[in-house]
Amino acid sequence: MRVMAQMGMVMNLDKCIGCHTCSVTCKQAWTNRAGVEYVWFNNVETRPGQGYPRRYEDQEKWKGGWELNKRGRLKLKAGGRVKKLFGLFASPLQPELKDYYEPWTYDYKTLVDAPLGDDFPVARPKSLITGKDTKITWSANWDDDLGGTEEMGHLDPIVEKVRRESEDKIKFEFEQTFMFYLPRICEHCLNPSCMASCPSGAIYKRVEDGIVLVDQDQCRGWRQCMTGCPYKKIYFNHKTGKAEKCTFCYPRIEVGLPTVCSETCVGRLRYLGLFLYDADAVTAAASVTDPQHLYQAQMDVLLDPNDPAVIAAAREQGIQEDWIDAAQKSPVYALTKVYKLALPLHPEYRTMPMVWYIPPLSPVVDLLREQGHDAEDSGVLFGAIDSLRIPVEYLAELFTAGDTELVTEVLRKLAAMRAYMRGISLGNDPDESIPASVGMDGETMYEMYRLMAIAKYDERYVIPKAHAEQAHDLEEMGCSLDFDGGPGMGAMGDSPFGEASGRPTPVAVETFNALKDRQTSDSVAGAETLRGRVNLLNWDGNGAPAGLFPQHHPTEPPREDDREDALEGGGGS
Amino acid sequence: MDIFLWGVLPYVMVVILVGGSLWRYKYDQFGWTTRSSQLYESKLLRIGSPVFHFGLLAVIAGHFFGLVIPKSWTEAVGMSEDLYHFNALFVGTIAGVGTLGGIVLLIYRRRKTGPVFMATTKNDKLMYVVLVAAIVFGLWTTLASVFFDEHGVTYRETVSPWFRSLFIFQPDVASMAAAPLSFHMHTIVGMLLFMVWPFTRLVHAFTAPLHYLFRPYIVYRSRDKGPTVANQHGWSDVGTRDSDTRHR
Repeated sequence: MRVMAQMGMVMNLDKCIGCHTCSVTCKQAWTNRAGVEYVWFNNVETRPGQGYPRRYEDQEKWKGGWELNKRGRLKLKAGGRVKKLFGLFASPLQPELKDYYEPWTYDYKTLVDAPLGDDFPVARPKSLITGKDTKITWSANWDDDLGGTEEMGHLDPIVEKVRRESEDKIKFEFEQTFMFYLPRICEHCLNPSCMASCPSGAIYKRVEDGIVLVDQDQCRGWRQCMTGCPYKKIYFNHKTGKAEKCTFCYPRIEVGLPTVCSETCVGRLRYLGLFLYDADAVTAAASVTDPQHLYQAQMDVLLDPNDPAVIAAAREQGIQEDWIDAAQKSPVYALTKVYKLALPLHPEYRTMPMVWYIPPLSPVVDLLREQGHDAEDSGVLFGAIDSLRIPVEYLAELFTAGDTELVTEVLRKLAAMRAYMRGISLGNDPDESIPASVGMDGETMYEMYRLMAIAKYDERYVIPKAHAEQAHDLEEMGCSLDFDGGPGMGAMGDSPFGEASGRPTPVAVETFNALKDRQTSDSVAGAETLRGRVNLLNWDGNGAPAGLFPQHHPTEPPREDDREDALEGGGGS
Repeated sequence: MDIFLWGVLPYVMVVILVGGSLWRYKYDQFGWTTRSSQLYESKLLRIGSPVFHFGLLAVIAGHFFGLVIPKSWTEAVGMSEDLYHFNALFVGTIAGVGTLGGIVLLIYRRRKTGPVFMATTKNDKLMYVVLVAAIVFGLWTTLASVFFDEHGVTYRETVSPWFRSLFIFQPDVASMAAAPLSFHMHTIVGMLLFMVWPFTRLVHAFTAPLHYLFRPYIVYRSRDKGPTVANQHGWSDVGTRDSDTRHR
């Protein structure tokens, strides 16, 4: 057993309102540069829908992910190493810009500069690729909210498949049946096929937290990762000629902050935390013959962080105590393994994705309510889940390689929680038969409800900070005095040779810490942790925090307690 | 003049090629890429690029046989002069025409596909001129020896000995000077190509990912230990396309 830590995410799809705030803030943070106009590390798809890029789930066409060869061993669906090298000069299965969309801007200048005339000036769309006038025919969310579904709904590869299999069963009017949103980022897989496809070896998984990154210096632009990733979450920067992907906001994660998409999520539907997993077991788990067993295999790779044997093995592997502690408090572990609510996206790709989804019950609830049923009653809900074949089959194609039983189980749990908690909210005695009907007890169900409904910031995001003492070579964080309690610790710590000695803490880290302080404190910025000084970047204009202005009595010696404060204060990086 | 061209220039070329490549490898890892334009256009690329690249690989192999392996060796294994030349011309012509055809198609695509042309830098244009010139002169030497030179191809008695003599630092200037004009032109342009090589996108050839055949599929790397040397650069400023288009 080789225990490794993995940052993971769980998204509760019931809460997604499709507002695209995550996509927009992610884009502002990471891809608002030339060359990556079409790149959305985070995108939100309306399902049923084609997704982004269009029909990326059609692996018969794109050949992403892994498959088993005749001997039952994993091989890249797009072909082995030799085949890949021969295809290097013109990647045969690479999506083109038209599979995404041609990014554009508007000729805003005309609005201001146009000479006076009878007509209103118009800002015409200009292609960001050719610079010429363009006609907008597609974008990242062209089929948002089922737009154009009448004509294009059948292009969703999953609709295609479900239809094929259920032709005789039900007349399929899915646009009236259900709709939900699917926010997607890089899955930071345990068995990433993008990495395996990269001829240069530029894509790597970080030992410490499992985040998958592209080394921008090593990438040579061979583009095989775009083919390899079945989720099409590796993008090509057409200006720099390098591959780029979701970074799991690692600079934020390293200092204990959630990713931008999680932080800004309006529905608060994202959970971040650690998994401990057995790295030696990954390949075997990904090689399970029956795709419908992949979910269980993936669950078995994840280790119980409370198991003494696992803890001992983790320590042996050099995983720090605070990380083990974080793994035990991990909300993503609870949602996946304890409550068994979260499911992986397309386990059949055999990449062992580490961004999990709680399938939405809301399509069922909405439908029941529209039909005048009591959508909070467990009996009604259970019945509906069983009879509404299409949503369940569709969700099963997304999350369980077609195993409808698994999806049903999760949906029943969600339904039971709904009904159980309604009873409690109405002041009735808790009806213990409801949790029992899904194999749970009332207390567990209440805990589950707490985590899903009212968990606060610190419970949704349990992110241990990166250990700076391991990172002494890291570009920005390099300070050998930065160990816990060390003299260089903290934003503006007192160094042995005076405040300015030693290497300065980078402003990024300082700002991150200050931001976090602001988010979690009630007072104005900076009073304590910044040691009486104010970082104006984080000052919100409320009041005048101490330290904003120089002291009134320059002759007065520094107060003794200030000094102690400074020495004890936390905030290391 | 002969001494400069055939005695000095080759060494200058090597210094620039090796020094330039090392310098760029050390300081411009981020710029070291194929700068693929397949995202913009795929149809023509999927014909032109493999034809060009595989043709080029064959051409390189041909150069190796012609320049490095002495005449006496092939004769020792019983290969007659005629057989050798028939082989060289036949295979060489196919490879050369393929390479030229490939690059012509690629340049046509580059000029005619709006986005690809937009993404073409001055550096690229210069590189294409030199590269195409080298290929054209190379083909000329091959074809000229078929149609105009009655004595057959003599480069194995002129160019090849000179090429090998360069490695022992006693350049055989006289034999090279005796070679026909077409060979002189091809060699000069070839040296020019190698001199601009490190400063163009052609560098991607030096990092052909052959190690892919041997490395493990899954790459783990510790946060604080990276194998790359030039980490200090981080993101390079690639400019904003928006400001470009606004003024166009």
